[in-house]
Order: sequence, then C-alpha cells, then structure tokens
Amino acid sequence: MLGGIYALLGIGLTLIFGIMRVVNFTHGELYSFGAYMMFMFVMLLHLNFFLSLALAMALGVALGAVIEFVLLRKLRGADIDTTMLVMIGAWIAMQNLEQLAWSGVAKSIKTPFRSTPLVLGGLSVAWSRLFVFGVALALIAGADAVVDRTRLGRAMRATFQDSAAARLMGVDIDRVYLSTFALGSGLAAAAGALLGPIFVVTPGMGDLAALKAFAVVILGGLGSIAGATIGGFLLAFIEEMGAGYVSSGYRDAMGFLLIILVLIVRPTGLFSRKERIG
Amino acid sequence: MKRLATAAFLAFLFSIPLWVSSLYVLHVLIITGIFTIAAMSLNLLLGYTGQLSLGHVAFFGIGAYVSSLVSLGFAVHLAPDWLVTLDPQPVWLAIIWAIAISGFCGWAIGRISFKVRGAYFVIVTISFAEVVRLVALNWDELTQGPMALNNIPPLTLSIPGLFEFSFIGKVPNYYLVLMAAIIAYVVIARLVNSQAGRAMIALRENEPLATSVGIEVTRYLVLSAVVSAAIAGMAGALYAQYVQIVDPNIFLFIYTVTMVIMVVVGGKGTLAGPIVGGLIFGLLPEALRSLEIRPELQWVAYGVLMIVIVSILPSGIVPALARWWTDRAARAPSQRDQQTPA
Repeated sequence: MLGGIYALLGIGLTLIFGIMRVVNFTHGELYSFGAYMMFMFVMLLHLNFFLSLALAMALGVALGAVIEFVLLRKLRGADIDTTMLVMIGAWIAMQNLEQLAWSGVAKSIKTPFRSTPLVLGGLSVAWSRLFVFGVALALIAGADAVVDRTRLGRAMRATFQDSAAARLMGVDIDRVYLSTFALGSGLAAAAGALLGPIFVVTPGMGDLAALKAFAVVILGGLGSIAGATIGGFLLAFIEEMGAGYVSSGYRDAMGFLLIILVLIVRPTGLFSRKERIG
Repeated sequence: MKRLATAAFLAFLFSIPLWVSSLYVLHVLIITGIFTIAAMSLNLLLGYTGQLSLGHVAFFGIGAYVSSLVSLGFAVHLAPDWLVTLDPQPVWLAIIWAIAISGFCGWAIGRISFKVRGAYFVIVTISFAEVVRLVALNWDELTQGPMALNNIPPLTLSIPGLFEFSFIGKVPNYYLVLMAAIIAYVVIARLVNSQAGRAMIALRENEPLATSVGIEVTRYLVLSAVVSAAIAGMAGALYAQYVQIVDPNIFLFIYTVTMVIMVVVGGKGTLAGPIVGGLIFGLLPEALRSLEIRPELQWVAYGVLMIVIVSILPSGIVPALARWWTDRAARAPSQRDQQTPA
C-alpha cells in the first residue's frame, strides 16, 4: 500500500524533474495540501468521501498550475540553483501558511470503510488500505497513459529529450511545463488525500514525504514512470525490511541510506540508461 | 578605507558588551554569532565552489554532539561485548575533537557526494543530514536520544597553578564567539585568496574549462568541504558549550535553511555576505518577536523574502551594495565634467 503512495509521489516528482529540470521542493507541501483538503471536505463540509477525493486532486492540480505560473514561468532559463532556492522559499512559506491555517494539531479523517478487515487465506487486509492501493494503481496507470498515449504526452516526452528542438517543432513549451507541473502536483495531492484518512494529517507531514519522493526518483532514474513505480515499491519494501530486522526507529533512515548507496554505485538511477547527471 | 571600515566594525563589535547590559540582547547576539560562523562555513561551499549543500546542519550537529560527548565522557557498546568508554575530557580538547571529527565527516561525505552534481548533490546532502539526525535520535546509549545531553560543561582555560577561567555567562561567551568568528573569517579569507581558492572559483564558473587547465576537481571540492565542515563543527561545539544542552532537534532541516538564507541574502561568494545575512536573520526574528508576530508568519515572511531576493537581487545584498558604491564613485567625476562648460 505504501509502495503505491511512494510511487505516486515519485512519479509526480520525476515528471517535473525530468521535463522541467526543476527540483520541486513544494512537492511535499502539495501532498499535505491534498490531505488537508480531504480533511476540510470530509470533516468540515461533510461531503461524500469519494467526491472529496476527486475535489482534493482537482485543487492540487490547480495549485500546481498556480505555482508554475506565478513562480516558475519567470525563472525559465535560470540556473538550477536559483530555481531550487526559490522553491525552498515557496516550500517554507507554504508549510507555515498551512500551520497557520490549520494549527499544528494532528487531524484525523473518517473513512466510509468497514473496520473489519478482509481476510484472504492467511492474510488480512483493511478495506481502506485496499482502496488506497487500488486508486494509487489506477492513478499510476492513468499518468502513464497520459504520457504515453496523448498528444500532450508526446509533447512532454519531446521536451524531456530536448526542449529546444521540441520548441522548434512547434511544441508550446509553456503549456507543456504548466501541464507537467499541474499533473505532478495533482498526483502528490492525490497521494496526500489517499493517505490522510489512514494516518493523521499534520503540517509537517510533507517533509518526509518529499524526501521519500526524492529517494524514489533517484532509485528509479530521471523522468521514468516505470522506474518511479518500481522505485516506490522497492523503497516501501526496504523500509519494512529495515524496520523488521534492524530497528523500527531506523525505518525512515533506510530510504536515505539507499539514496546515498545508489548515488555512489550508480548515479543515474537503477533503471535509467540515460547518462544525465544533474 | 576598507581597512578602516573593518577596524571600525570590529571595534564596534568588541565594545558592545561595554554599553549593552541587557543579558537578553547579548544572548541573541551570541546565538547570531554562532549561526553566522556556520553561515560563513556554508558560504565556502555554496558561494565559492558553487555546490548547494543542504546537509550543512549535520556538521554543526556533529560538532555539538562530539564536543558534548567528549567533555561528558561516555560508555557505549559497539558490539554486545565490546564496550568503549571515555572519561570526561577538558572542554578545549573536546572542541578540538569536534573540529577534527566534523572535518573528517566533511572529507568522507565530500569523497562520496562530489561524484554527483546539481540536484543529485543537494539530495545526497539532505539525506546525509537526515541519517545523522535519525542516528542521534535512535542511538540512545550514546546520545540519550530525545532525552538530550544535559549539563555540558562550559569551556575552561587554565594553566595549572597560574590562572583558571571559565566561559560562563554572557559576556565571556560573547567574546569567545567573536574570537571564533574572527578566526573562521581569517581562515576562510586566506583560503579563498590562495591558489586553492582561485581554483575553487574557477570550478564554480566553468567546471569543464577548469578541469581542462589541470585543476583537480575533486581535490579542491573535498578540501573546501573539509574546511567548511570543520568550521561548522566548531560553531556547533561553541553552541553546545554555551547552551549546555544538545538534542536531536539540532539537526532539523530548518537550521540548514536558515544558514542558506543567510548566505544567499547576504551575498554568496563574498566574504562579508554571510556576516551581513547572519546579522539580519539573527536579529530579525527577535525584532519580529517584539512585534508579537506569530512564528509561522515570520517563517512565511522568510520564505517570501527568499523568493523576492533571489528574483530581484540574485547575487545578494553585499554585491548589490558594492555595485551601487562603485557606480556612484564612477558617476561622481563624470557629473563634474558635465557641469563645467567647455
């Protein structure tokens, strides 16, 4: 289940990173934004759970588009460090706005699922987790279809390979960037909206999520949806192993150790054939 | 002129405890000084070699933990039946250990992470800081975990039988931090103006070109990482012996961000930049606090300020001021030329 979420986060990040060459530090904030929107719709406005999920995702897409339009459009062509610093600034501002708006107290969200788990043979799985897993897989497949099958997706892939050449061929780069960032942000918000009801929602929840998304991207290699998906599940698996065999306190450290290891041994990611370093 | 300004600024700093009696103000200045030292060390990496390290707080924290542990002593099992113990050592020795071990960590991390550049480098450094934080949090036997290390002794200098002096209280610590800052400044200035410093700047400007004229990339990057980490470790050690308590929160990412903001706003790649940035962002929160602004809003303002500064003054305050100054100096004579009719 966590693997699916990590994969969702990673795909959003890897698309933005691969296509726009932007290290998106606001990714974790979009994740927590999704969770807070879910909380607002379900717990405060008492909307239907599934409708809320769709709304949270749509707002994530919209917020992503706004960030791209307001902050990143001007920075086109600026070097990667400048963009990174701006994104860090945006991240700090967003996180603290969230804290201001929702206070630091952890929030929980009610789910419509039965609390009795589904028992399959020797395994028991909670319904809510099954749902999260299913939606995550559907979204991954959807994102893959968008990038692989549509006209926009073709423009995205062209931009990823060579943005100057893509522009010469008549690709509207601004539109590609805008939709890439919006799509990636929507996926992050979806991840938050899905996971929020299972755990609790706190303003700092995005930080760890963002760092794990980075781990997934590095594992999977730049701009590769398949890589990010495998990376997501691999990270979740390794964390569980680490928590089980070493110490549960080091669960979150596993991802970071993995990043460092992968970058030492194979800096381009495990599943990438492209020779592209930062 | 420049020398005179420096001397005046130093005299001003040295005189502060003579006319400021508020202990609170001195406390703020001490903390500001410590973070300014850390920002100066970060500037060596970020400003002169152009590598954005977002794990800098790791070295600061390692310095704090090493100096505390050496001065408190510890007993730790590295294996079930392999107990390593250390009796409490004098604090000056602990600080030297902190500098040495931070520098060593800088060397190790530099060797590893300078294989990659740009975004990957940033992520490796963040990961490193997180791993160190989680170790500090979970290795209870050594670090007391979230219980924190308490009662860290203050720095005491003594020549047996002749004199003994402990840096307790605000005024001695103020001078201690000021001296440390001057040492750090001189070390960084000497390094930057040496051949090695020129090599670093060449790397920042154009790495392939620098390599092609025979500059050993990794060697100079690692050198700067070692010096930078050692100075950050010294700042951490001073912090530990001043506040006398160290917990894993010292590794929080937000401190790295504070240092980065100090360097970027002040002006990366200038010697005065981190000092200006450090003073602004060390004192600003206190000024805002007296206005009773909520801390979240303060951080929102930091974030927005960072975006604005990067957008309109990409090189920071100090270079902008310097440019303004030279522009004015250049304009003044030309205006005089125009006024006198030919």
